[in-house]
Amino acid sequence: MEHYLNIPQTVQMMKFVCQEVMDSKPLLTEIDSAIGDGDHGIGMEVGCKAALQELQRNEFSTINDIFTTTGKSMIKTMGGASGVIFGTMFLSGFHKQDEVTTLNVETLAKSFDTSLHAIKKRGKVQPGDKTMVDALVLAVEKLHQSAHQGAALKEGLENAVEGAHQGVEETKQLLGRVGRAKSLGERAIGHQDAGATSVWIIFKSMHQWLEENDK
Amino acid sequence: MKKVINRQEDIIEEMIEGFLCVNEDLYEKLDRGVVLKEKKDKVGILTGGGSGHEPLFLGFVGNGLADGAALGNVFAAPTPYNILEVIESVDSGKGVIQIYGNYAGDVLNFDMAAELAEMEGIECKSILVRDDVASAPLSRYEDRRGIAGDVFVIKLAGAAADEGLSIDEVARISQKAADNTRSIGVALSSATIPGLEKPTFTLAEDEIEFGMGIHGEPGIKRTKMMKADDLTTQMMETLFNDYPYKKGDEVSVLVNGLGSTTQMELLIVNRKVNQMLKEKGITIHHNDVNNYCTSQEMGGLSISLLLLDDELKALYNKPAYSPYYVKNA
Repeated sequence: MEHYLNIPQTVQMMKFVCQEVMDSKPLLTEIDSAIGDGDHGIGMEVGCKAALQELQRNEFSTINDIFTTTGKSMIKTMGGASGVIFGTMFLSGFHKQDEVTTLNVETLAKSFDTSLHAIKKRGKVQPGDKTMVDALVLAVEKLHQSAHQGAALKEGLENAVEGAHQGVEETKQLLGRVGRAKSLGERAIGHQDAGATSVWIIFKSMHQWLEENDK
Repeated sequence: MKKVINRQEDIIEEMIEGFLCVNEDLYEKLDRGVVLKEKKDKVGILTGGGSGHEPLFLGFVGNGLADGAALGNVFAAPTPYNILEVIESVDSGKGVIQIYGNYAGDVLNFDMAAELAEMEGIECKSILVRDDVASAPLSRYEDRRGIAGDVFVIKLAGAAADEGLSIDEVARISQKAADNTRSIGVALSSATIPGLEKPTFTLAEDEIEFGMGIHGEPGIKRTKMMKADDLTTQMMETLFNDYPYKKGDEVSVLVNGLGSTTQMELLIVNRKVNQMLKEKGITIHHNDVNNYCTSQEMGGLSISLLLLDDELKALYNKPAYSPYYVKNA
């Protein structure tokens, strides 16, 4: 088991992530229709399709390039709230940060932590607001813990998936404080947040790629 | 729901193309936007948001109105890059004011576009429209959403910019217009996003929802259908309870159809609106009955009041033109 991925491997992993998110469109649409506009699945599909095209088209010399390209593609094409938020998730952690050519748990923890802060600031949201932040905050926490313990990338991502999943489950009990779920009040209880679900799918597919490719 | 479309992914593109056929001399097309062909040496006025509310937003690009509109997918905010393209196009070096309804997705995307514009050295200010009194109580004014009141704010911002005022002055006036605009809506039947199977919400045949938002956001209360005069009375009372309108006040009134409610019905409502305002001694400076801010085939209407002072009245009286909005001098 390796402790890091190189540039071509990271590209492959991100392509897989995009494909998995696209394939999750029906699930995301169903979840978002319950308490949102029902357009989250369509939006994520559009963004990931654009990101996938860019990942296929370009040559990358840093890990930063791979993630910022993914984020920018999503911001450019998706629109809605998700475009900026999910674009920021991939962009901010690597934009104007130290350039790296390998991806390990520390890098992933640090970059997603930076992104988390950017999302909270931009979206004016905190954990507990029934958003994707609820999943991301726990995933980042797990990544940090894994980094401290010197875990391998796959192990770290396995923990992140667990954290994200816990975050998704927590959103079921929360009242929405932003977006459409806010106006539903109590009616939002019992429904998981679609954005949080996407975060979980993203980490889950990263981990799955490592498993399937024995990294 | 039957919709006259081709492919779902082509809706916005094809709508913009069709719009440009209406008045080729006036407009030019951007990727996901429309701008005036004529570049004016003044503060640029930009509006925009999700599509599906036509003629808003693109129909309010015109002389004495907005200089450009950035358009998202149906009910989804435009991307920062689409907005930035419009900002760049309407900036003459005097800065740009973006006017949009207060929705989470719009705020995120317009904020980011403003940051990108600032990086390019374009001064950019945002005016958020929060006219829907049903969308949050007065104590949470910051949470209120924008509906048909956009029209008043765009009209006054456009007029102020045409006066050659500075960006700070145009922003001050636009903000005053936004602060002085109050609206209340009622939904009679639902709307469907083109390409989706199910409508955004459901209402029973004999039910209406007070204060329902233009994307189907839940309102204040669901009741049985009632006579036009009773409905109008309840709507106007909601507005009167939100702001202490007094004798001698002067307002512009917009009775706005949401899509499938007929002009006949809107006019019947408008008659009662006029009666009630007169009873309170409120002067109607200008009265508009139209479908400006729609929500696909949603049934229902909204009533908007713009409270005028001398400054706003003078600007309101300035002529304006687009194929969908005409104000003669």
